[in-house]
Amino acid sequence: MLRMLAVLGLCLASATAVQAQAPARVTVVTSFSKDVTDPVKKAFEQAVPGVTLEVQNRNTNAGVKYVEETRARNQVDLFWASAPDAFEVLKGKGLLAKYQTKATGIPDKIGAFPINDPEGYYFGFAASGYGIMWNTRYARANKLPDPKEWSDLAKPIYFDHVAIAAPSRSGTTHLTVETLLQGEGWDKGWRTIKEMAGNFRQVTERSFGVPEGVNSGQFGVGIVIDFFGFSAQAAGFPVKFVYPSVTTIVPANVGIVTNAPNRAGAEAFIEFLLSDKGQEVLLEPAIRRLPVNPATYAKAPADYPNPFKDPSLGSRVKFDPDVSEKRSNVVDALFDQLVTFQLANLKAATKAIHEADAALAKKDNAQARALVNEARDLVAAMPVTAAEAAAPETTGAFTGAKEKGSRQAELENRWAGFARDHYAQAKAKAEEATRLAK
Amino acid sequence: MTLALPTAPARARSASAATPGQWAVAIAIAAFLLVALVIPVGTVVYVAFTEKGTGDFTLVNFVDFARTDLLVRSTWNSIWAAMMTVVLATALALPLAVITTRYDFRGAALVQTLGFLPLIMPPFVGAVAMQLFFGRSGTINLLLGDWFDVEIPFMEGINGVVFVEGVHYFPFILINLSTALRTIDRSMEEAAQNLGSSGLRLFRRIVFPLAMPGYVAGASLVFVKVFDDLATPLLLNVKDMLAPQAYLRITSIGIADPMGYVISVVLVLLSVSAIVLSMLAMRGRDYATVQRGGGGLARRALRPLEHLVAWGVVTLILMLVLAPHAALLMLSLATVWSYSPLPDGFTLAHYARVFGDSSVYITNTLLYASLAGLIDVVLGAAIAYLVLRTRLPGRQWLDWTAMAAVAVPGVVVGIGYLRTFYGIDVGGVPLATLWIVIVLALAVRRLPYALRACYAALQQISVSLEEAAENLGATKTRTIRRVVVPLISGGMLAGFISSFATASVELAATLMLVQSNSDAPLAYGLYVFMQSPAGRGPGAALGVIAVVLVAICTFLSHLVVERQHRRQSRGAAGPAVPGATG
Repeated sequence: MLRMLAVLGLCLASATAVQAQAPARVTVVTSFSKDVTDPVKKAFEQAVPGVTLEVQNRNTNAGVKYVEETRARNQVDLFWASAPDAFEVLKGKGLLAKYQTKATGIPDKIGAFPINDPEGYYFGFAASGYGIMWNTRYARANKLPDPKEWSDLAKPIYFDHVAIAAPSRSGTTHLTVETLLQGEGWDKGWRTIKEMAGNFRQVTERSFGVPEGVNSGQFGVGIVIDFFGFSAQAAGFPVKFVYPSVTTIVPANVGIVTNAPNRAGAEAFIEFLLSDKGQEVLLEPAIRRLPVNPATYAKAPADYPNPFKDPSLGSRVKFDPDVSEKRSNVVDALFDQLVTFQLANLKAATKAIHEADAALAKKDNAQARALVNEARDLVAAMPVTAAEAAAPETTGAFTGAKEKGSRQAELENRWAGFARDHYAQAKAKAEEATRLAK
Repeated sequence: MTLALPTAPARARSASAATPGQWAVAIAIAAFLLVALVIPVGTVVYVAFTEKGTGDFTLVNFVDFARTDLLVRSTWNSIWAAMMTVVLATALALPLAVITTRYDFRGAALVQTLGFLPLIMPPFVGAVAMQLFFGRSGTINLLLGDWFDVEIPFMEGINGVVFVEGVHYFPFILINLSTALRTIDRSMEEAAQNLGSSGLRLFRRIVFPLAMPGYVAGASLVFVKVFDDLATPLLLNVKDMLAPQAYLRITSIGIADPMGYVISVVLVLLSVSAIVLSMLAMRGRDYATVQRGGGGLARRALRPLEHLVAWGVVTLILMLVLAPHAALLMLSLATVWSYSPLPDGFTLAHYARVFGDSSVYITNTLLYASLAGLIDVVLGAAIAYLVLRTRLPGRQWLDWTAMAAVAVPGVVVGIGYLRTFYGIDVGGVPLATLWIVIVLALAVRRLPYALRACYAALQQISVSLEEAAENLGATKTRTIRRVVVPLISGGMLAGFISSFATASVELAATLMLVQSNSDAPLAYGLYVFMQSPAGRGPGAALGVIAVVLVAICTFLSHLVVERQHRRQSRGAAGPAVPGATG
């Protein structure tokens, strides 16, 4: 025992020694993969000699928790990740420092989304759009047509073939859901989402789970962010990607952490990312993100999507960040309770509706048709209205707010019960319709 | 169950009163558990007991838990899956353990090593490999679909969880049961044979009951582990089980929900109850045998036909449980593998890509995992000794507290460590940023494995051996050093291997604590690769390196055990008993 303690002590001492003589370094916490960080690190260290970029790879949630827990003795200079809402959380907790970038040529907006935080706490350095990715071998074997629009994914042929990441676990999926809700309105939007969700094979618990499953052919079609599709193609997988005509373009961001030990280095890194050189790195096939500087597209390959020229990329939807911010936890919890944890029931109802439709297509029957429509409405029904979802009584349950009110668990159980009962009724009605139509 | 009991007075204890030395050790261990487990976890989990808004103490969150359909359903699912997994794992482990320990079976060390490998499934990449082989669009189902137009849902729903967990965790039973079988007193078996018992009856009535401590240690670990494992349910997309529910809630941003921690507390309570139950089931029975150094059970020679059957069974089981590793190897060599039974082509490029990075990962992994394993064995043996051999008041609490670690989600340990150790200054840097903290986290999380192994080993040793040593004038310390430790060395080794191997692929807590690439273990490197499509191959290559690394270490340990075993039994060659059916 004693001997071991001595060894441990020795190890501690040597570890401290190594730490002390490190060169000038910039520490960044990031959720980006090695494919992204390695080329950027190389280019940055070339552009700013004498500085090393220390990359701490953590998923977005772990990264936020880490910065939060270590705030008293912060050792991190920058936070660097996709999801804008993670930066909003950090900003809200006072964990990001203000900065004024010197970079020029970057517009205020990309699509409908502001590129930088208006208050200067974080900066968009690349953009990505949401779309549909599919495995061509899987599609051929299961005779799936190429999807083009979100509404295609609600068709019966895609039943049990589609996957998405849970919005509560993936900031970018959350934005896609929110865009749909803002674009089509609360009730219509949820109807579309649930019709699509009835075809889901999986709701993965991390963003990368979707492209991973499509790449290996576990499911055929995935709702993913564009660079997953493009970088999978670059890696040789038999996949294709398409932007539907209604899509969001969202920026990936970087921000300086409060009390950064190397503030100058942190600023240098942001300036590098926004410089011409930094923007060009984004065009590499393994990274494949959309630069925020319109001038950089001149150096891009011919078929590179350009959100500054192509109006279908993102600008059709008006996106209100305030509305999104207010109800973000509620939307996530609703999706989890109505879709993620009720997937089996939702799928059963959807399958019954598909079967009734097929029967009606063969032999029409007015009474049965009315029943199917009732079943559809039952599936689409929401336990809360848009106003209720944004009301302080509801949002307060999710933020650990100081005032007393409903607890999250109570609300969630109520919503889950609502969904379970409605899906069961919808299934019964659709089955009844099938019987009538036969 | 009737047991053949060798020593009449059950629960005989040598120590009548606790010595100051025992007190000192117990206090030291308690302090360690307090600092490394209770306080860090407490700083996170206390939220479960607070009222929303006011922060006052309340149990209302637990009422919510009991009222939420999803969580109640999750609880039953978890319990059911854990029980069924124990059944499946037993079916896989029992033949391997018996064939390699009871019979003169060449290649026993190899079988023991290979049978141990499933425990080492690298995170993420293991999941991909499993899906590519057993999944809906995996090798087997694609071939079955082509040939017979059928599909076997290996990886669907709760049954899928049971299948994957059974394959994954049966080594816990294998390793503990094998150790127990090796330490059974040969005279018991001979006595039974003299009385006319043989074959299956001999095994059922004498051999297996005497190996019970090892089996129970393994089975309870499997039960608790399945209960607390979140990787497999998430891989299979089963979300209505307790561990994934806790994980999903704790790791979502912006949701300050006590429910995640409530679930953690429930997990801890249920896990510890399972262990307590297993202890109660064995109370009042004595599994200790006196004879030592005789090399344990006699090894029978196999007749040619029996040899064939034995090899058939061993090969079949190994093929099933090693299929994921074969898929992993293939993945690491594949160019593109997508919706096809086999990869499109093969390449070594992935190994070339990880070659530069991997040496630092390998060094770190070996250093962290072996240090953690060492700490675990020392603590595990000490706790087992204190519980079984002394009368210190509250000694059971050491056992229960240490076992609770198995049920605490890794991410909770990670956050707790940051909270507790970040404020402590060591030479100008926060303590939490030093790699030694990763070792501490690994040690605490893997302590239950070593503890159960040591506990089982000590249960099989008769206290009379120690009494004899003390009667001959040996001090307590000398008795422990010269008698107890050598006698339970097999169990300690089993514990070390379990802790070491599983620590080497641990990710959840590590991800929170790793500060820089130069301090990172293999699992972290693997995680970094597995975030992009192009990283799948290199990730798999790192996974293969991890598995091979642990396999070599395990194989070497088995060789040591075998050699020691042979040295002990030399000159006391057991009587071969031909005619008995295996």
